[in-house]
Amino acid sequence: MTLFPRNFHRAVAVLAVSITSLMSPAQAAEEKVLNIYNWSDYIGPDTVANFEKETGIKVRYDNFDTNEILHAKLVAGKTGYDLVVPSSNWAKIQLEGGLLMPLDKSKIPNLKNLDPNLMKQLGSMDPGNAYITPWLWGITTLGINVDKVKAAIGGPLPENAWDLIFKPEYASKLKSCGISMLDSADEVFPAAMRYVGKPPYSKNSADYQVAADMLKTIRPYVTLFSSSGYINDLAGGSLCLSLGWNGDINIAAARAKEAKNGNNIVSLVPSTGAVLFFDTMAIPADAAHPENAHKFINYILRPEVNAELTNKVFYANGVPSSAKFIKAEVAANKTVFMTAEDLAKMVPPEAVNNDIRRLRTRLFTTFKTGR
Amino acid sequence: MSTATSLVDRLVDRWGRLMVIGTPYIFLILVFSIPFFVVLKISVSTSNDGIRFEDLSTFNDWVFSFTASFQKYRFLFTDDLYLNTYGSSLKFATINTLCCLFIGYPFAYFMARSPVSIRPVLLMLVSLPFWTSYLLRVYAWKGLLDDSGTINSLLLSFGLIDEPIKMMYTAFSLSVGMVYTYLPFMILPLYANLVKMDGRLIEAANDLGASPFRAFWLVTVPLSKNGIIAGSMLVFIPSVGEYVIPELLGGPETLMIGRVLWDEFFSNNDWSMASAVAVTMVFLILFPLALFNKYQTDGVGRGSV
Repeated sequence: MTLFPRNFHRAVAVLAVSITSLMSPAQAAEEKVLNIYNWSDYIGPDTVANFEKETGIKVRYDNFDTNEILHAKLVAGKTGYDLVVPSSNWAKIQLEGGLLMPLDKSKIPNLKNLDPNLMKQLGSMDPGNAYITPWLWGITTLGINVDKVKAAIGGPLPENAWDLIFKPEYASKLKSCGISMLDSADEVFPAAMRYVGKPPYSKNSADYQVAADMLKTIRPYVTLFSSSGYINDLAGGSLCLSLGWNGDINIAAARAKEAKNGNNIVSLVPSTGAVLFFDTMAIPADAAHPENAHKFINYILRPEVNAELTNKVFYANGVPSSAKFIKAEVAANKTVFMTAEDLAKMVPPEAVNNDIRRLRTRLFTTFKTGR
Repeated sequence: MSTATSLVDRLVDRWGRLMVIGTPYIFLILVFSIPFFVVLKISVSTSNDGIRFEDLSTFNDWVFSFTASFQKYRFLFTDDLYLNTYGSSLKFATINTLCCLFIGYPFAYFMARSPVSIRPVLLMLVSLPFWTSYLLRVYAWKGLLDDSGTINSLLLSFGLIDEPIKMMYTAFSLSVGMVYTYLPFMILPLYANLVKMDGRLIEAANDLGASPFRAFWLVTVPLSKNGIIAGSMLVFIPSVGEYVIPELLGGPETLMIGRVLWDEFFSNNDWSMASAVAVTMVFLILFPLALFNKYQTDGVGRGSV
């Protein structure tokens, strides 16, 4: 039997012609549509609705929970999204790879509201601030259920908060009340590297082995790897220690308070420092509605709109003049708005090359599977 | 008769036949062959930044050059992670297939031997779970198996255990979820096979003095061999690459090829490596199957002489 029936090529030709004719020509005017791809639990309750009401632009809003997923979509291209929110160190790889569109700053007058120090920091990833503008920022830190942790370790909290998770002596005692970690080498390694006294984004592969050796000693005590589900587990009491993002931990604290379940959740600001992250708005190079995306960026950078984000999700923002719209209890939360002294101890993120990324993932797999 | 056939009739006849025969080929080419060759191509491509891939073939100044890099395939064998993972995935898929067979066979036999009037009801009951999203059904097991889940709460309240049994996020919860999900794929082909079997053959075996077990083992099982093979393949092949169930129900120490693919693709942003892992997996499954099929057809040939 032959592989293809006779005249098969003709059938293929007919099919090809009919598929081509289905494709519509490029659109001339921009329709009133905006497709946004943002992190989960990361926006105010009315932020999108108010924008739609004001501009008549219909917004489709989708979520992701790791930079890796967003990055893979951008690399594959034709995401269909007009606005995405990568962390700054990922945005650096994306803009260098030609995946992002430079901003037309004349369309974003509210850029003047942004904190110059923050823009200087972002400039290290995006020279001249040509591509990205801040959404919100925070630190990767530890969240604890204060009473459960104190009961389990039978004494005061250690001087260096990171001892709780990275020192077997503490971690072994906390296993019984549940320890979780973000399920991403990109988040766990920088923290672990700092703890063992190496640069968080070291370019030396031997440094990573040191961190991996340390992680190995605490592997038996980690009960869950989770990047979004841990918020509810921490709030509900099935976890007492989480390596997570400060805003998420504050969301957990707020949910526990709302549920009145007696769980006192606190986001720690380690005296030894932690790694910062800056999530930023960017427009994919092949976005179909860049005009609308610029409008949305300008809208988000209004002080009152920016404050709405912080009020809901407990992350600091990049618009200082939003302070007067921020709720008193959020403004007073030193784990959201860190003191200048605390902030000075924090480490900014860096991009790593593919070799280091592979090494980290491999060591993380070894760490997780325990082999 | 051929004189009566007009040119138009012949054309219609020919195109009609072509459509019927061609449809499955077109389908296979569109959804299997083309994507497979795209993946194969990426697996031998190189990229510096993980974003832009070098062209495999170039034609410059009348020099045609073709480069294919097999470094990713070499890497597959230098790091034991990949071989361990293939082994672990094949192990879980085998366990799953055997469990489905042992639970599914009696089930299908019972259905095939039940009165004709209630068979449609039984069939509907087997396919009933498909009416709910598979994701929800898998996730529902978390509520049953969790430390504070239904099973542990019941056992605790009856005083049968003092502390919750750790079932969730283990090899056990993973296997339960897999067997639960894939069982219908084993039952349906087995049922289709068993229902056609001639009951008189069993009667004859009994008349000739075979015990019920002997009759089952020597008559029913060999006759249902094709159903067993079809069901086992339907369960085994998708189980090897299963991603969702291990993610939701498996523990972090469970190595499955789906997770390794995810890591290569997303965490490492190394599409070539991810493609090499996928291509190798296809061959790992394809070769035993092809051998098995060849052996099968040979067997049928000899038997029918």
